[in-house]
Amino acid sequence: MRQWRFEVFNRASFPDVDGSRVLDEIKELGIESVEAVQSARVFLIEADPSGVLGGCFDNKFAERVAKDLLADPVCEEYYIGRSGAPAGLAKATLIEVHLKSGVTDPVAESVMAAIADMGITVSNVRTARKYILLGGISKSQSDTIAKKILANDCIEDVIIGSETEPPSPHLKPYELKIIHWPVCELDDEGLIALSKAKDLFLNLTEMQTIQKHYRELGREPTDVELESLAQTWSEHCVHKTLKSSVDMKINGEQIHFDNLLKETVFKATQELNKDWCISVFADNAGVIEFDEDTAICFKVETHNRPSALDPYGGAATGIGGVIRDPMGTGLGSRPIANTDIFCFGLPDKKLEEIPKGVLHPRRIMKGVVAGVRDYGNRMGIPTVNGAVYFDDRYLANPLVYCGNIGIMDKNKCFKHPQSGNLVIVVGGRTGRDGIHGATFSSGEITHEYETIFSHAVQIGNAITEKTMLDVLIQANEAGLYEAITDCGAGGLSSSVGEMGKDLGAEIDLEKVPLKYAGLNYAEIWISEAQERMVIAVKPENLKAIKKIFDDENVESTVIGKFTDDKKLILRYNGQQVAEMDMDFLHRGVPKYSRKAIWESQQLSEPSMEAMDDYGDVLLQILSCYNVASKEWVIRQYDHEVQGSSVVKPLTGVDNDGPSDGAVIRPRFDSDKGLAISCGMNPLYGDIDPYWMALAGIDEAVRNLMCVGGRFDRIALLDNFCWGNCTKPETFGALVRASQACYDGAIAFGTPFISGKDSLNNEFSCEDGTQISIPSTLLISAISVVDDINKCVTMDAKGVSNLLFVVGETKNELGGSHYYKIHGQIGANVPKVDLETAPKIAERMAEATAQGLIVSCHDCSEGGLAVALAEMAFAGGLGIEADLRGLPKSDDCQRVDTQLFSESTSRYIVEVEPEKYDAFGKLMLNLPFGQIGKVTDKKSLTIKAQDGKTVIDLDLDSMKQAWLKPLAW
Amino acid sequence: MAQIKAVVLRAAGINCDMETEYALEASGAKAERVHINRMIEDRKLLSQYQILVFPGGFSYGDDVAAGKILANQVIHHLAGAVQKFIDDGKLVLGICNGFQVLVKAGILPGNSSAKEQAVTITYNDSGKFEDRWTYLAPQTDRCVFIDPGQQIYLPIAHGEGKVVTTDEATLEKLRSDGHIAFKYVDKDGREGPYPVNPNGSMDSIAGLTDSTGRVLGLMPHPERHIRHTQHPHWSRLKDKKGGDGMTMFTNAVKYVKENF
Repeated sequence: MRQWRFEVFNRASFPDVDGSRVLDEIKELGIESVEAVQSARVFLIEADPSGVLGGCFDNKFAERVAKDLLADPVCEEYYIGRSGAPAGLAKATLIEVHLKSGVTDPVAESVMAAIADMGITVSNVRTARKYILLGGISKSQSDTIAKKILANDCIEDVIIGSETEPPSPHLKPYELKIIHWPVCELDDEGLIALSKAKDLFLNLTEMQTIQKHYRELGREPTDVELESLAQTWSEHCVHKTLKSSVDMKINGEQIHFDNLLKETVFKATQELNKDWCISVFADNAGVIEFDEDTAICFKVETHNRPSALDPYGGAATGIGGVIRDPMGTGLGSRPIANTDIFCFGLPDKKLEEIPKGVLHPRRIMKGVVAGVRDYGNRMGIPTVNGAVYFDDRYLANPLVYCGNIGIMDKNKCFKHPQSGNLVIVVGGRTGRDGIHGATFSSGEITHEYETIFSHAVQIGNAITEKTMLDVLIQANEAGLYEAITDCGAGGLSSSVGEMGKDLGAEIDLEKVPLKYAGLNYAEIWISEAQERMVIAVKPENLKAIKKIFDDENVESTVIGKFTDDKKLILRYNGQQVAEMDMDFLHRGVPKYSRKAIWESQQLSEPSMEAMDDYGDVLLQILSCYNVASKEWVIRQYDHEVQGSSVVKPLTGVDNDGPSDGAVIRPRFDSDKGLAISCGMNPLYGDIDPYWMALAGIDEAVRNLMCVGGRFDRIALLDNFCWGNCTKPETFGALVRASQACYDGAIAFGTPFISGKDSLNNEFSCEDGTQISIPSTLLISAISVVDDINKCVTMDAKGVSNLLFVVGETKNELGGSHYYKIHGQIGANVPKVDLETAPKIAERMAEATAQGLIVSCHDCSEGGLAVALAEMAFAGGLGIEADLRGLPKSDDCQRVDTQLFSESTSRYIVEVEPEKYDAFGKLMLNLPFGQIGKVTDKKSLTIKAQDGKTVIDLDLDSMKQAWLKPLAW
Repeated sequence: MAQIKAVVLRAAGINCDMETEYALEASGAKAERVHINRMIEDRKLLSQYQILVFPGGFSYGDDVAAGKILANQVIHHLAGAVQKFIDDGKLVLGICNGFQVLVKAGILPGNSSAKEQAVTITYNDSGKFEDRWTYLAPQTDRCVFIDPGQQIYLPIAHGEGKVVTTDEATLEKLRSDGHIAFKYVDKDGREGPYPVNPNGSMDSIAGLTDSTGRVLGLMPHPERHIRHTQHPHWSRLKDKKGGDGMTMFTNAVKYVKENF
């Protein structure tokens, strides 16, 4: 066997995109001595030169591979072998980045297949990247560059200036050795020590429960049995905190929940009992009716920890994972839209302020966006809605929420696995990647996690998932399987365990196809390797379904069968390695009781100096990262693939205004649409998480109403990301938010259909200080649109049209961006009036349905002034506004309060003069008032109650202030 | 011709096949999405169609370079079948990834005297994937897909869309032989820097056609603008006419109807 090395460089006359990016990032690090960076792609191909495996991989063939396949004939050149530093340049540093052994290398797989198309089968391909840094740099600087820019420790190895490359990863085959992890004789200390040593993240009560179980059985558990329990009982999989019983002291008053989730979020759904809810909190995603024949399912997940360690890979597998949820809901849906919401530390943070073990927020953000981009775009799913939020408390724990929506036949919304069905794993192969992901995501993160948990990072390959999706849709249409679920957290352990929990299953682990040799049976069972789904197939359908998979080169393997004895039997080469009781595995997790405390904080309103002109303040708020344009992110996502987009994330005359929500048209043969939105405001949670949650619900609803969603078909999703919930105060905040979810859902008539939580988002720094994220509740919402031709957008449309504000502006600057830019938080958090808010939303939906309005924008961060500015510059038209027309509460008399209060349930609506009467009639008895009109003046002017002009800005300066901060 | 048949070629990572199929159907063709494995198994399969579309997507994940692996497959397994298809007077359309495949397989610019591939499509100057809308000015009056002189508005969504040639002579030949199908322009029809030219293409090239005018490849997505509600600011427009991309499909169907 001979190894060939190929290097591919850009020709000098073509820009080296990767090299320039690296150079820019080196400058960002403050290293000025690097003058240029040249990048090269490296391919290491192992082939048999004698030609036993098909043709003969000789020098001539190597030239062909380089010329016809690896290098672009126009803009690249190649070198076979190892090229040295460019001649005459003494100050050159060579750095090579190789994937760690076992890390999925999709390019290598494609190259192997392509060489086979050329007629020769090679035995192995690896790829690497080579960088030549020109300029004088020290050893420590090259280390820093390698670590901070070029490579990720978790998945890549760096070789600086060396002439060698990593050895070929030929792993020894695994020889069966059954391992027991004895628990029966351990004392409490021993149980805890075992849980820690094996990264099980099981607490003492859980370990004691397991001990009792095995004492009753009269034997010791095997490693894989304990691993299964740890996965199945992890916070990530069973949400034990949210389902725990709670004793809560709320401002001194004691209340009790037997099961927090069931008595808040879920209870609202049960009480509302909507007949269009098909499957809620039961499957991988919540399912609602779309039209007579089809249903829609929606799921939002978080992938926070992996994204903190490996932003690109973590985010990519985050979106990859959540796509598999709708794919594994009912009998499988076809994904039609992605959503993504990120929370990061401030991107301009100084490098020396970053704690050890934490990546810079800018690097995290760039990596996360690139990860979602590359995976989502490759899947051919439009990313239509999202948000990016910045706060320094997300520095060590960035939040990455990824959502996916699928469409399915209404009669295929439920699975029916039966005993005797074959268990088939479809899609990607199993490797060591992502082992302990489920348990890892449930614990607290420290500065050492980077090294300890590098194996918890999963590596994704979107094309493997896409090809799997292509064939599963065909198999579903042909009705060839009885049940489907994804291999997510916990791997096969969770998917087979979950599907077979009322049946029983026997699995032969040696049959699971592996990426490489050497995995033991426990690793196979709990690996979280991506792009795998498990299906249950009747034996008589095996041939037909295999043909569908084989026809498009998708691997599928029978690994066992479902039984009827409620036992989980695992074997390796015929030897039993686990025998578990499904009931104990799935229902044995001890119930928790937790303490929670909520004390309303004693906060006060700051005294703000009144100003004559608020123009500068408005510009400052428009430039706040949270308010500023996210165009840099949005444009990197394909939001139009599938040809379904109706209201795009960017809108207006120059296609750059911020849409409130998105609308897609999922079926080619129908003008029915789907509106998608979200709501989130962690700043309000600093004052009171109850009002934060309600504001989030109101915002998500508003955003749907703004684009034309139906009011009576709104479904919500909750995603709680919280700090350490063993602290009663932190948990108390979560209970408050849950109570608000119940109250809000009931008031708006909007059931929650799915949810997820990510707790313990705290980071322990080296010096022992802890950084906890702010309590962060994301509300995602979807609604049906009856006729997409009636949808409206937020950009001002026509000169002389009238502008109205619907909804009351109150003295509610608490948690506002106006206070934020002044370094204040305040006390008067926006409070949703649960009587009026739903009425306003309903009437807004009616106004759109009747075609009475031409644009609509909600007031959120930055309040009325920001919303007016956005409408004006998105439409390229001026606005003259007069605060005398503003519907407001009696205590809302100050100009700054009127301009910047973030009171909820407010909409700015543009109405053509001839529709005025009809619109006014429809809004009767609601707080609404005419605030101004659209002009051709290219400026925004706002007059205060006393007639004085308090804002007078031209469109361009506002737009530039808004566009600039994140225009990277 | 009774029934015009169009085939949309699928492969691992292709993802614009359904909307492309729909656009063809809406133009009056009978369209089918067929996996490349079927075409390779049965080399005669292609001959039953009159329109072949290489749709958008990320064939094989854009591994090595966009479109490269699929182009390699076409070269080694389907070159003869595709060449015969073209020689028979039939139509080939490559959209986005499909355009990349046509160029990297040497099918476009096509019929030029150069033996070596002298045109390619590479990374955007911006260094990243971008989804944005572009105005396109036709540069030819002999490509059957294109209405001459009719400026259109279509979205691009790609990370590797920059059309480049090995040298000025090659570029001049593209111009003089009428291979340039579309250029990126602004609203008023003028060429300009980024973002008017969204990827840095030489001569603002957005699409190429071969010497027969029956093979067209372009980076923008006609199938994403076939109805007015796909226009990025349709809610501002009084005119509710169909989308600009539709003409390419209807022209293709019309051509087949008239010539077969």
